[in-house]
Amino acid sequence: MDAAKEPAKDASSSQPQVASPEAGSSQAVEAHKPAPNMPQFTREEDLHAYHEMLLIRRFEEKAGQLYGMGLIGGFCHLYIGQEAVVIGMQMASVEGDQVITGYRDHGHMLACGMDPKGVMAELTGRRGGYSRGKGGSMHMFSREKQFFGGHGIVGAQVSLGTGLAFADHYRENGKVSLTYMGDGAANQGQVYESFNMAALWKLPVVYVIENNRYAMGTSVARASAQTDFSKRGLSFGIPGEQVDGMDVRTVREAATRAVEHARTGQGPYILEMQTYRYRGHSMSDPAKYRTKDEVSKMRDEHDPIEMVRKRLLELHGVPEAEIKATDAKVRETVNAAAEFATNDPEPDPAELWTDILLDAHA
Amino acid sequence: MATDILMPALSPTMEEGKLAKWLKKEGDPIKSGDVLAEIETDKATMEVEAIDEGVLAKILIEEGTEGVAVNTPIAIIAGEGEDVAAAAASGGKPKPNGAGGHPAPTPDMQAEGMADKPAPASKSGEDAQKAPAAPAVITNKADEPVMEEFPANTPMVTTTVREALRDAMAEEMRRDGDVFVMGEEVAEYQGAYKITQGLLQEFGAKRVVDTPITEHGFAGIGVGAALSGLKPIVEFMTFNFAMQAIDQIINSAAKTLYMSGGQLGCPIVFRGPNGAAARVGAQHSHDYAAWYSNVPGLKVIAPYTASDAKGLLKAAIRDPNPIIFLENEILYGQSFPVPQLDDFVLPIGKARVHRTGKDVTIVSFAIGMTYALKAAQALAEEGIEAEVIDLRTIRPMDTETVVRSVKKTGRCITVEEGFPQSGVGAEIVARLMVDAFDYLDAPVLRITGKDVPMPYAANLEKLALPNVAEVVEAAKSVCYK
Repeated sequence: MDAAKEPAKDASSSQPQVASPEAGSSQAVEAHKPAPNMPQFTREEDLHAYHEMLLIRRFEEKAGQLYGMGLIGGFCHLYIGQEAVVIGMQMASVEGDQVITGYRDHGHMLACGMDPKGVMAELTGRRGGYSRGKGGSMHMFSREKQFFGGHGIVGAQVSLGTGLAFADHYRENGKVSLTYMGDGAANQGQVYESFNMAALWKLPVVYVIENNRYAMGTSVARASAQTDFSKRGLSFGIPGEQVDGMDVRTVREAATRAVEHARTGQGPYILEMQTYRYRGHSMSDPAKYRTKDEVSKMRDEHDPIEMVRKRLLELHGVPEAEIKATDAKVRETVNAAAEFATNDPEPDPAELWTDILLDAHA
Repeated sequence: MATDILMPALSPTMEEGKLAKWLKKEGDPIKSGDVLAEIETDKATMEVEAIDEGVLAKILIEEGTEGVAVNTPIAIIAGEGEDVAAAAASGGKPKPNGAGGHPAPTPDMQAEGMADKPAPASKSGEDAQKAPAAPAVITNKADEPVMEEFPANTPMVTTTVREALRDAMAEEMRRDGDVFVMGEEVAEYQGAYKITQGLLQEFGAKRVVDTPITEHGFAGIGVGAALSGLKPIVEFMTFNFAMQAIDQIINSAAKTLYMSGGQLGCPIVFRGPNGAAARVGAQHSHDYAAWYSNVPGLKVIAPYTASDAKGLLKAAIRDPNPIIFLENEILYGQSFPVPQLDDFVLPIGKARVHRTGKDVTIVSFAIGMTYALKAAQALAEEGIEAEVIDLRTIRPMDTETVVRSVKKTGRCITVEEGFPQSGVGAEIVARLMVDAFDYLDAPVLRITGKDVPMPYAANLEKLALPNVAEVVEAAKSVCYK
């Protein structure tokens, strides 16, 4: 299949859940209705997804608590509600694939296997943090886990992630760059510069647009002329899909398709993940731009973790005690991370002057 | 065990707020994510969500209470299976922030900037949080003689700056397969200014990459590739166009090493012509040396001779840090002797005494050197021996070579095409005030481009740029002649 030559056909043929351009702002809710051919998870897959998503949820709740206590400073953007996106994506990727995202990044780091203690200690600005306390919530990295940040400039990570794919292509190493952005970043100019070059050079990159419906306080409908983000790559011949980002199964299924496309030399792929953040944009956001009903409806009817929990109990027959044991284990992990992040010392003052330049003669 | 719910802060600067409303009452079961209460500040209303599960055992602060200090216990939650009455009785004691040996910052400390940051240097004294001194930048020792950069008997080949830059890239690309060049018209067109001439033919399209006209995007792609370990040379057709990409240069390339605690280096060279050419107007004539030199995490190189262009570009490509390599369109065609060596690499961060003299020091770089050298010649004819220093690297700046010269001459002027305010000359003046104040016999003067956007008209453009007569006049003025 040649994406560059037949963009329209190509794109539409791989869009099982394409919303029509007229669907308007209600489409995100519509997409949460279970599709008839819903992909299924095995018991083990659901157990895995449950544990991973719950770890993010509890970690973020704890981060919110530490922020409230003044232990975390500056900005702190929580991922609560969006957990299924990154976990479903990770379930479709392989070791060595790179991940890069914007500032709502704690979930991505945990999903990449980064140590919750190191992440939490970075949030509290301590020496045991992933950036030794010098990056903070929005700036964490792990070369070991191929997590490239953690970027505070909206949209900048899209060009960088395309550059990671450029390097994969240059090295012919068969890896794929998973480049995340929000619905707000999707309106930045450099995103389209990157789409163009990624398609032109057939770079192995999957663009994951996490559409949580609000760019800070501005709803998608108030900021975007084309609210179907899966179509944002059409003029470059990049296929795209709208995906129910609240259901980890649909995420994993679409991700598998997208990653395969990128890995087999067919170029970039766009996944619009229709998701929702329960909390404000950042800790200091009272979220006056949406109704409480809207939030509680999503929480009550589409919670990504609750859905899996239900399946574990009702479909897979997992005893409640086993689930509670997982809950306790996750809580323990998160408490240990908070404990570490609270007691770990601040960076040595000498750290002020380190890591500015690398030694050219080393 | 019973858990206290503490009054949360909505921001690092919040110290207290109003407990507006309880949405749960004593005895209610609580699960994680439940909204317990609403709190208000003058700016916003926020919901307090439960983190823990259990039963709301006791409300400690009634709704409507104003001025509740952050971290005050406002309620007690009894854990699953715990006796609610006992929990209600047990909790509610004020908790220290952070249980361990390290005192956590309190919000009001943060608000005053005392907790997270070492105090600014100006608040010196007994403060234990005083910022430690910056480590010394290693440059020439003060008493070190002008260094020989290649053996005296090395054969020299007359080379244009253009060829020297091309040779530097070709040699480094032969040496290291991770080095590639990308930019507009670098491949098939052979370079807008023919700097990449022949590279496509030798290295192929994979390593000599024509990009669309999208500076922001391809600069970001270059930085991403560099973070992944490749060594891109990103050519900007001119540095004026790099303004489209400056976010990626500053925010991504220069800062990521620091923000990653030393994990992610960014071995990338951004290069291209900088400053005025001839009659191309304000949008194509800007000298950005001072801009980039303001940024920690970057190295900024601006060579004058072909020899420096070659030796420093090779060093830049090998350097593991992001480098701004500022060229000049007018210098591209000028010829200089270049040492005929297999691998001629110069150290970054070292100035060179281009001409020795005892009466006045002239500090310049890049095309500014043409004015400085012509002025030195004219001054010599009037009996004033000027010492001309070519900075070559703007950041890190080799202050020691300048100070050593000024200690000898007692007088200094600076020459650059860039704007005066916060310019490279201004930086030199500031450093001399600290490091050579007692040796100065006259105020340091700056010759710069005029403080106007570059005009198009030939006569106005000439007026806007520095000229030799201005340099001569300034040099004589500081010599009181």
